[in-house]
Amino acid sequence: MNAAVSQMSQPVETLALDRNGARVSPIGSRAFLLEATGDFDLASQRRIWALSRAVELWRDVLEIVPGMTNLLVVLKVTPEDPETLAVRLLEAWEHAESIDLAGRTIEIAVTYGGEHATDLAALCDRSGLSDREVVRIHYEGTYRVFALGSAPGFGYLHGLDPRIYMPRKTVPSLNMARGCLTIGGMQTGVAVLTGPNGWNSIGFAELQMFDPMSATPAVMAPGDTVRFVPASIEL
Amino acid sequence: MIEIIQTGPFNTVQDLGRPGFRNIGVTTSGAMDPLALKIGNSLLGNEAGAAALEIQTYPFKLRFSKATVFVVTGADCGASLDGRTVQPWCALSVEAGQVLELGQPRVGTRAYICIAGGIDVAPVMGSRSTSLRGAFGGREGRFLIAGDTLQTGEVSSPLNLPAAGISVVDPAFALADVYPAHEDGALVIRAIPAGEYGLFGEDAERFWSQTWKISTQSDRTGYRLMGDAIKPTTPVEMRSHGVVSGVVQVPPSGEAIIQMADANTAGGYPKIAGVIEVDLWRLGQARIGSRLRFVRATHAQAAEVEKAVAAFIDDVRRTARLVCGALQVLN
Repeated sequence: MNAAVSQMSQPVETLALDRNGARVSPIGSRAFLLEATGDFDLASQRRIWALSRAVELWRDVLEIVPGMTNLLVVLKVTPEDPETLAVRLLEAWEHAESIDLAGRTIEIAVTYGGEHATDLAALCDRSGLSDREVVRIHYEGTYRVFALGSAPGFGYLHGLDPRIYMPRKTVPSLNMARGCLTIGGMQTGVAVLTGPNGWNSIGFAELQMFDPMSATPAVMAPGDTVRFVPASIEL
Repeated sequence: MIEIIQTGPFNTVQDLGRPGFRNIGVTTSGAMDPLALKIGNSLLGNEAGAAALEIQTYPFKLRFSKATVFVVTGADCGASLDGRTVQPWCALSVEAGQVLELGQPRVGTRAYICIAGGIDVAPVMGSRSTSLRGAFGGREGRFLIAGDTLQTGEVSSPLNLPAAGISVVDPAFALADVYPAHEDGALVIRAIPAGEYGLFGEDAERFWSQTWKISTQSDRTGYRLMGDAIKPTTPVEMRSHGVVSGVVQVPPSGEAIIQMADANTAGGYPKIAGVIEVDLWRLGQARIGSRLRFVRATHAQAAEVEKAVAAFIDDVRRTARLVCGALQVLN
């Protein structure tokens, strides 16, 4: 381990190494999260995609979960020395050359507003925009699938216009319907399961994003481009 | 084959879960007490991860349609076979037509009925575990209902059990050296500080010092804990990232949530800690309304316990084979 790292990691109260635009911290005994600490943008995500390709080949890695400018690495066994692992991850991050994933373009028909848009009014209040403007800004956007996760086939989409940013809810909705078009912070996506959800719903899309019996169960893949097409606007 | 005669809701087929698909949002599922599943299977000579029935609502009753060997591990449910007491952690032979019954647990919450050859439902994405949220795996992606019949796998070399069966010591006792004892009636769970630990300032200390109560809003997805709220010093809006079961997140209410076997694969609430994997089975057996306390652990400690637990499971498998092999020779 080089001197710079040992300095940063003292005291070893909490393992959270931070250097060169990335930070590594543990989740329990066998999982480690590397987060890019820079901007939430495509450039960071392209480096995460490159890092994912490198790390998934490591012998001690069971699975990797790319997230939004971050990567969760699950090991086969608990490492006795987590710092060495953290340093290895940070070094791989430093060497990760940006790659782009040539994805497909997916168009999703949406009903904006209507009975499922339970949080549109709150978003208008927060942004100072009219419901019509919020909807227009949302469907004019071009989104990129940064990662899949949370529920089967759910795509985390990047590219939200900051004007319609909306933080996650303090108290999650208990029973949000599958198909709700949602905003969570600077992220957007379509709910794939009915259930508790902390994101904000502004519309609804009929779609099947996951088939467990298929060879490729998820419809979306990281790198895909998504456009929302207003099928109807009910305000 | 077995036939379910009586069951409450939320009893499912589970194995060790479905790792490798978190990157498309598929939770691992799997037994909430993976240790009980591994021990049960090892005792029977099954693969450690063979599928079994996870019972968490009672009473539960099934009929064996053919002679086989089974064991009930995990919670002590006062089980009986045709009315005669069946000890937990004891593998027994059964004849076709015999009925196994489980009552309300006296200790623990989840019982595992492991059968020679394992429960043979079709694997989905490499696992027989039921994903209730995803509605796939196990028995048609749903919980068991009365009238269900389930096949069991082929057994290449049937166990030659003594008439009284063979028992393994309850891991709560056998592994007492590597698990902390209860403190003032509270379960002691070991955890490692996670990414946002530092954001909780002085509240972080209260995460460890207080006793948390497992709320009624707790299930295979996660346990919601009740206690004095702990809050980050400044609100934080995280970018979504992958999580694993055992992660302790703190939503804005300030009451911690532990994600369990059916948890979301990703999240964005600040993480104060992560339960070490070898302690998850104890949470899987913890009752709603019971209390727990977190103590800090290191990776080195977790790795040491992991080894001790693996050695115990190996020992169960070897000893069972030895005992049954010796009997075969005597016969």
